Amino acid sequence: MGIVKNIAAIAKGMSVTFMEMFKPTIVENYPDGPGPTRGAMFQDRFRGMHVLQRDENGLEKCVACFLCAAACPSNCIYIEAAENTETHRVSGAERYAKVYNIDYNRCIFCGYCVEACPTDAITHGHGFELATYNASSLVYRKEQLLAGTPAHEGANAIFSQYENARLIPKK
Amino acid sequence: MFDAITKYLSSATTPGEAGSIFWATIYILIITAGISLSVIAMNWLERKILAHMQIRLGPMRVGPHGLLQPFADALKLLIKEDIIPAEADKLVFWSAPVVVTMTAFTTFLVVPFGRTHAVTDMNIGILFMLGVSSLGVLGIIMAGWSSNSHYPLMGSLRSSAQMVSYEIAMGLAIICAVLMTSLQTGTGTLSMIGIVEAQASQHTWFIFKFFPLGFLAFGVFAIAMVAETNRAPFDLPEAESELVAGFHTEYSGFRWSLFFLAEYAAMLAVSSIAVTLWLGGWMRPFPNWLSGSIWNLAFSLFPALTLFVLAGLCLLGTARMPKIPQMKIQTVGLGIFGLLLGFIGLVLIIPGVRERVQDIYWFVVKVAFFMYMYIWYRGTFPRYRFDQLMKVGWKVLLPTGLAVLIATALWGLLPQISSAIVGVLP
Repeated sequence: MGIVKNIAAIAKGMSVTFMEMFKPTIVENYPDGPGPTRGAMFQDRFRGMHVLQRDENGLEKCVACFLCAAACPSNCIYIEAAENTETHRVSGAERYAKVYNIDYNRCIFCGYCVEACPTDAITHGHGFELATYNASSLVYRKEQLLAGTPAHEGANAIFSQYENARLIPKK
Repeated sequence: MFDAITKYLSSATTPGEAGSIFWATIYILIITAGISLSVIAMNWLERKILAHMQIRLGPMRVGPHGLLQPFADALKLLIKEDIIPAEADKLVFWSAPVVVTMTAFTTFLVVPFGRTHAVTDMNIGILFMLGVSSLGVLGIIMAGWSSNSHYPLMGSLRSSAQMVSYEIAMGLAIICAVLMTSLQTGTGTLSMIGIVEAQASQHTWFIFKFFPLGFLAFGVFAIAMVAETNRAPFDLPEAESELVAGFHTEYSGFRWSLFFLAEYAAMLAVSSIAVTLWLGGWMRPFPNWLSGSIWNLAFSLFPALTLFVLAGLCLLGTARMPKIPQMKIQTVGLGIFGLLLGFIGLVLIIPGVRERVQDIYWFVVKVAFFMYMYIWYRGTFPRYRFDQLMKVGWKVLLPTGLAVLIATALWGLLPQISSAIVGVLP
């Protein structure tokens, strides 16, 4: 009975769409959602705005070796190096990055800088709300990229706090 | 003058029958406003239901749960630039959306929302509806041809081929229903109100009459009406993946929104035909089985209860709104909307009002069921290929419709045939 089979198939297909209607949605209601990220959820591997990490003593991990700038395919990292002195110690090694700019007009979030870094200083955070009306404000300086001293209080504060508190938002 | 206006209120007929031009105008205005409002509601509902069928959220930003999205869209369409292609035939291009919209709205002249709630009771009502609604395809062809562009032309030609194919099956199914009004009672009618009254006097909806013939005829109509209104899975005239947007590719802004309006009005119109012919029109469920004053009272409370439930949902949503300053206006708006719905519900509970309104309510509920089915089809079925479309139309629906028509006629004539045979026998 071909007809009965066809009708059964149609009924089955329609029941699938009907049942789907009552399932919780898998998209996130991002700007109006709950929690400090307003509904946005991230995979750990998400490559967002960079964070310059600190070591356990609170010193910057970056030693200004320029490997990230060399690895960058879009040439968006600009570094000026300086020597650490006894009185002014910024990083754990000989040199530190006096200027560390990332131009987010050019950055393609490929992650090559993170791979190239020998001291694990530069990492990808989860910040993504970079939109602006002014292109020059997309050049982020070291102060904006650096992880905060006690906790994480840089430009990524809201996202890193969230990660640290291990508060995975429940739908 | 005043007497002429108030005299109608005591008569139990449509304004057209009573010859009251004033009330006919009022009815036309109410129906036009109602259809526009339901098109707006349909726009929101379709996007939300379709989104949830695809596990998405749908519009969420304009108003609570995107309730104001249709209004924002309408505003956007009205202020968009009105583009007429340089090579287009200006006059035809200009008049095509008007033709489509006019025909879609004109059909509602004879739709009976209740015994007295129709603009007029035409004695050729169903014929009028079929004729006027098929004029809509003329507007589509005009739009496609006057655009002077490939895709619109192909879309409109597909549309005309599809309309011609499915109109036949649709007509056969309708003839079945018209036959059922006359069979075994002897008083056939083409009037929309007459058809519903025939169902009332035969104590059955025509979908259940001569089971399974009424059901089959309804099935043929239900498939043909989706094809007639160019909706998924028969939306070849505006197949996005093949023809950009089909016949309205070159249209923008207000003209495009007229096509949109006409499409949904046509959907409402054919759903009204289906409800009138097979689902008992304005009759409430089980008018004979669950009769008596208590059941009458219970069923007449349904309109108010529905509005109370909607109001309750709105107020629940108001209470569950995020308590942040940015949401304040939305929260207050939703609360007012809920209270407004509740107030309308209270008005509908008044004894005089609730009896008069429940006809409209049951009709609208049945039409709403069909509108939901439209969305459901769209969420479920992939689009037909053109040869499959033609195959379904000519090789499945047309023979089925013919067979059902002949079988209905024979079944109806059964008493006469049997008595004739008995008379011939020695």
